[in-house]
Amino acid sequence: MKTPIYMDYHATTPLDPRVLEAMLPYFTEKFGNAASRNHSFGWVAEQAVDKSREQIADLIGASPKEIVFTSGATESNNLAIKGVAEMYAERGNHIITAVTEHKAVLDTCKRLEKRGIQVTFLPVGKDGLIDLDQLRASITSRTILISIMHANNEIGVLQPVREIGRIAKQHSVLFHTDATQAAGKTPVNVIEDNIDLMSISAHKMYGPKGIGALYVRRKNPRVQLTAQMDGGGHERGMRSGTLNVTGIVGLGEACAICQREMAEESVRLTGLRDRLKAKIEAGLGEVYVNGSMEHRLSNNLNMSFAYVEGESLLMGIQDVAVSSGSACTSATLEPSYVLRALGVGDDLAHTSIRFGLGRFNTQEEVDYVAERVIETVRKLRELSPLYEMAKEGVDLKSAHWPGER
Amino acid sequence: MGALDKDDPAVGTGMVGAPECGDVLKLQVKVNPETGVIEDAKFKTFGCGSAIASSSLATEWVKGRTVDQALEIKNVEIVSELSLPPVKIHCSVLAEDAIKAAISDYKKKQEAKAHDSGDAQSD
Repeated sequence: MKTPIYMDYHATTPLDPRVLEAMLPYFTEKFGNAASRNHSFGWVAEQAVDKSREQIADLIGASPKEIVFTSGATESNNLAIKGVAEMYAERGNHIITAVTEHKAVLDTCKRLEKRGIQVTFLPVGKDGLIDLDQLRASITSRTILISIMHANNEIGVLQPVREIGRIAKQHSVLFHTDATQAAGKTPVNVIEDNIDLMSISAHKMYGPKGIGALYVRRKNPRVQLTAQMDGGGHERGMRSGTLNVTGIVGLGEACAICQREMAEESVRLTGLRDRLKAKIEAGLGEVYVNGSMEHRLSNNLNMSFAYVEGESLLMGIQDVAVSSGSACTSATLEPSYVLRALGVGDDLAHTSIRFGLGRFNTQEEVDYVAERVIETVRKLRELSPLYEMAKEGVDLKSAHWPGER
Repeated sequence: MGALDKDDPAVGTGMVGAPECGDVLKLQVKVNPETGVIEDAKFKTFGCGSAIASSSLATEWVKGRTVDQALEIKNVEIVSELSLPPVKIHCSVLAEDAIKAAISDYKKKQEAKAHDSGDAQSD
């Protein structure tokens, strides 16, 4: 077992060696520009791109013609939301999204608000899910887009995408979903789920960084977008820029591998995740899972460890790579907005750790990590004035804090 | 790190910060009432590595100083000693505040004691 152990698969993933192998020829041998129509260098590259479109389409239940390549999910989200807002400006000016979306969606919406678009940010319950009745109630005759992520990057919670798609269709509103964390981990089908636009990212599914895609529906209805990158008119005029062939090949191969291995991998990772959770809960008291366990990605565990601050916990478990909902390094000293949206108190939000398991984690690693976490939490609780107060029976919630704002 | 007896009249306890900010420092000093020298100091911290380091350093520094000398400790000295980056400066500020809070608590207790014994004498 090698250290440091990587358990932050929501942040990024290593390339699957098979993906790297598929990409290599396109760096130096088959290096043509896929848009070079006149010679074999271009044709060979174009062929590889077409294959990738098929592989991606297969994973999500789409047609290859509906895949637009971008630099990643952030760009895909920008293109989907801004592209729709601009193209359908005559039809309406209202967008519905949720408070737990990734910044790539939230900040895009906030920018559109400055341009006069109305945005509804739906709240979520303690389990992290949106309320479908609230969604229905917020749709107006001016609503042109609903954007709700499939799986959340911090808490792994899965939104009821199929139901959302159905509601959107009933009201003739376009439905975009950011499937960055979901694609390749859980089945997604754009037809069955009534999805009109979908963002994916290669580096979250064992592909390279710097490449992603946006699924854009062509039938029932035909979705149009105003391009955000102008230039040579690539990707049916939706996204100009020479195609990143090596990245595209990587993304395609990554999707194909996920397609083949997803079912089995999902079972394995659920087992590992549940094992990690059980061991930690057996060794420590006052640990809380953030978000619904039922509607959750198989590989995610987001837990709060009362009385112990997240960054210090990360530092203490040294040779394990995970991340925290503690924003100690952010200028505002405010913790994760996702946890806050769940109603997790600021004090507990500062104590949270996000474990993201992945393809290359083993049971041995899980056992080691559980032990390190338990050990470190115990040590830090000895060091914690809050733990001391709690043991003395002080009610921390009603205590007066000198530094309170 | 650890705790001193908070009911001991020679012990001053300072608590600064708030759980919502992700930083709570408790600093205790045990003062020799005759010499005014801080003989022992202990800390407990809920906070990031820099917060823990700042409060640990604070307890090291106050030991052996008189109460007045301890009040002279400035957060910038902590920043410099630990090479804290800009985002962590607030941790050093909290540590300085904790020292002041602990000493202030000790002084209050000493005044209360003097007041009490003053009352007793005036009987």
